[in-house]
Amino acid sequence: MDNIKIKTEKLNLYYGGNHALRDIDMSIRANAVTAFIGPSGCGKSTFLKTLNRMNDLIDSVKIEGRVLLDGEDIYAPKVDTTLLRKRVGMVFQQPNPFPMSIYDNIAYGPRIHGIRKRAELDGIVERSLRGAAIWNEVKDRLHKPALGLSGGQQQRLCIARALAVEPEVLLMDEPTSALDPISTLKVEELMGELKKDYTVVVVTHNMQQAARVSDDAAFFLVGEVIEFDSTINLFSRPRDKRTEDYITGRFG
Amino acid sequence: MSPRTMFESELTQLRENLKQMCFHVEAVYDRLFAALENGDEEGVLAILEQDSATREMEKRVEAECLALITRQQPMAKDLRVVSASLKVVTDIQRVGVHVTDMAELILRLRLQELSGFSGNLPGMVRATQHLLHSAIEAFLHRSTEAARTVIEGDDEVDDLFNLVKNDLVELLKKDAAEVDDCIDVLMLAKYLEKIGDHAVNVGEWEIFQETGNMRETRIL
Amino acid sequence: MNRKWKDGLLLGLIYLAAAFSVLLLAGILGYVFARGISAISLSFLTTVTSALKGTTGIAGNIVNTLYMIALTLLIATPVGIGSAIWLNEYAGKSRWVRLIEFTTETLAGIPSIIYGLFGMVFFGTVLHFGYSILTGAFTLTLMILPLITRNTQEALRAVPDAYRTGAIGMGAARWYMIRTILLPSAMPGIVTGVILAVGRIVGESAALLFTAGSGYLLPKPGTGFLHKILESGGTLAIQLYLSMSKAQYDVAFGIAVVLLGIVLLINLTTRLLTGRTDAASRG
Repeated sequence: MDNIKIKTEKLNLYYGGNHALRDIDMSIRANAVTAFIGPSGCGKSTFLKTLNRMNDLIDSVKIEGRVLLDGEDIYAPKVDTTLLRKRVGMVFQQPNPFPMSIYDNIAYGPRIHGIRKRAELDGIVERSLRGAAIWNEVKDRLHKPALGLSGGQQQRLCIARALAVEPEVLLMDEPTSALDPISTLKVEELMGELKKDYTVVVVTHNMQQAARVSDDAAFFLVGEVIEFDSTINLFSRPRDKRTEDYITGRFG
Repeated sequence: MSPRTMFESELTQLRENLKQMCFHVEAVYDRLFAALENGDEEGVLAILEQDSATREMEKRVEAECLALITRQQPMAKDLRVVSASLKVVTDIQRVGVHVTDMAELILRLRLQELSGFSGNLPGMVRATQHLLHSAIEAFLHRSTEAARTVIEGDDEVDDLFNLVKNDLVELLKKDAAEVDDCIDVLMLAKYLEKIGDHAVNVGEWEIFQETGNMRETRIL
Repeated sequence: MNRKWKDGLLLGLIYLAAAFSVLLLAGILGYVFARGISAISLSFLTTVTSALKGTTGIAGNIVNTLYMIALTLLIATPVGIGSAIWLNEYAGKSRWVRLIEFTTETLAGIPSIIYGLFGMVFFGTVLHFGYSILTGAFTLTLMILPLITRNTQEALRAVPDAYRTGAIGMGAARWYMIRTILLPSAMPGIVTGVILAVGRIVGESAALLFTAGSGYLLPKPGTGFLHKILESGGTLAIQLYLSMSKAQYDVAFGIAVVLLGIVLLINLTTRLLTGRTDAASRG
């Protein structure tokens, strides 16, 4: 059987009185790309954020159930969110490089986790930028501001920044929705490369993208997982009529 | 460099599998007539077993084409390549079936030499083989030039078929006792002629693959 | 046709209004400089007024003003920035926070003489600081705290949330994120707030008259910083007020020129500093 990296059990999430995620049981395979699709407000992004506890930042959120990373509950009281987020990195919808140099952006994460030696940081910066397929584009201007890069480059920089802390899982929240088609393709290609070393989970409202990049796909609707299957199955012979309606554009 | 390296590699894989299927069917054809020449009944029997392998290859290529359409949403040239591949596997698979059918006829004919029925038949076997080979080469190497030669070359096979038919009519006029065998040989010739038609189709799909046109008419 | 005519008229009025305010400023500046520039001399800037030596000078007031600025900022800046960070980044959106924000806004609108009254009674009498630069600085702190807090809050609000989630998402603790991302990004706004506060300090008289007093002497040599701040010390604005009330208009205009010079300097510095930090973050 495939190696399961993340498993959720009866996961429920409430925003105040709003029941935003309902009884989600999902097994996410290691070294695969798992995509979440569904209409806006279906809970796919919310679910993604529960996987590295980004919802902790919102006061009114209440979570029930378990999220197991390598079999251990990340919502257990003793869990250090700093270490959790080192293991489970995140890339956001809008490229969000910090207003500092390219180098310092990449070194930001390692510095949080106490790496200070220049030589060590140099190595991490190069390795991360290569991992995100942007090294050749920026190697001559590492100390220039990251905000001077194009949108597509910024997003790959953000991926590199996430890689710099050597995560095990990479969560991507609509990572290409702000990018042009060519940059989008580059990021999609990158996802295919990244899954060799990482577990990649991506939220997208671009179904074609989910079809292109993912190995497994889940369809969300009003806080529920309607269907979770291999991507080819989900897109070629969905079992649930609602999935079929959505992916064929007949969603009413 | 194309940024879609993953798509490119899947496309390359698809074409590789299609190539293997084409080579397989060509090889089966060659082996059938080699076995006949050598009077090797075992060899002809073995051809009957080949059909399932061809079908497996066909299914694999079809599944790859459909997966590519589902997942990669190919456009323009890519779409033509994938859809042409999807059509060509059907033609190649039919060729495979016809070869099996011919193997059955040859067994029924007790591996008699074909030249005994019609002096034009061995030539037709060679001409058809050449046409099939050229069509596959044209498609795999993506040469519209070669594809047009294939389409024109089919006339030769058709002419040979008519000659074989006339030879058989002559033979029957002389000796009606051979009627059973003659009908089998006629059917064999017909299969060869059909294989020629499939070769023409493959050539036409090659032209479609490059231009989007099918028999001078735009279909994509 | 009619509309075109109306447009033209309105445009004319707007230009007139603009010209009026520019002329007004130029007029005041011109008049003050014309009247005051003759009072300014080396001894005016470097000596203190003394009947014994027969000198008229504002050196003591300049020093007092510098003391006042330094001391007030020393107290108000950390408190103001700190409370802004707390309000923006930690406090959430509770009713308490709204109350505090409302209070801050109200404080900013209170007439400064009321700060003076409170400062005199509370810091001067109750806490026994008397008429001193310290009492004045505490009083001014109350007055400029809202300014610094509001400006810092605005600057923090202008930092995209994406920076916060980005840093937190990488495992940064909240304070680490604030220190490494938020404060550097908000720095131009914070600096602007602080420099505006300096402007208020320099120009304030009502709140200082009964708190810092009107001492005009230079610090006695060898007594140190701490001793000076417990003494009465009138800033330039106070001295200006006192000169006016004694009908020493030449001295008053001289001080006015110095004050205007300082205000101009502060405005230019603000532009320069914020311009530079902006450029640094954008590259």
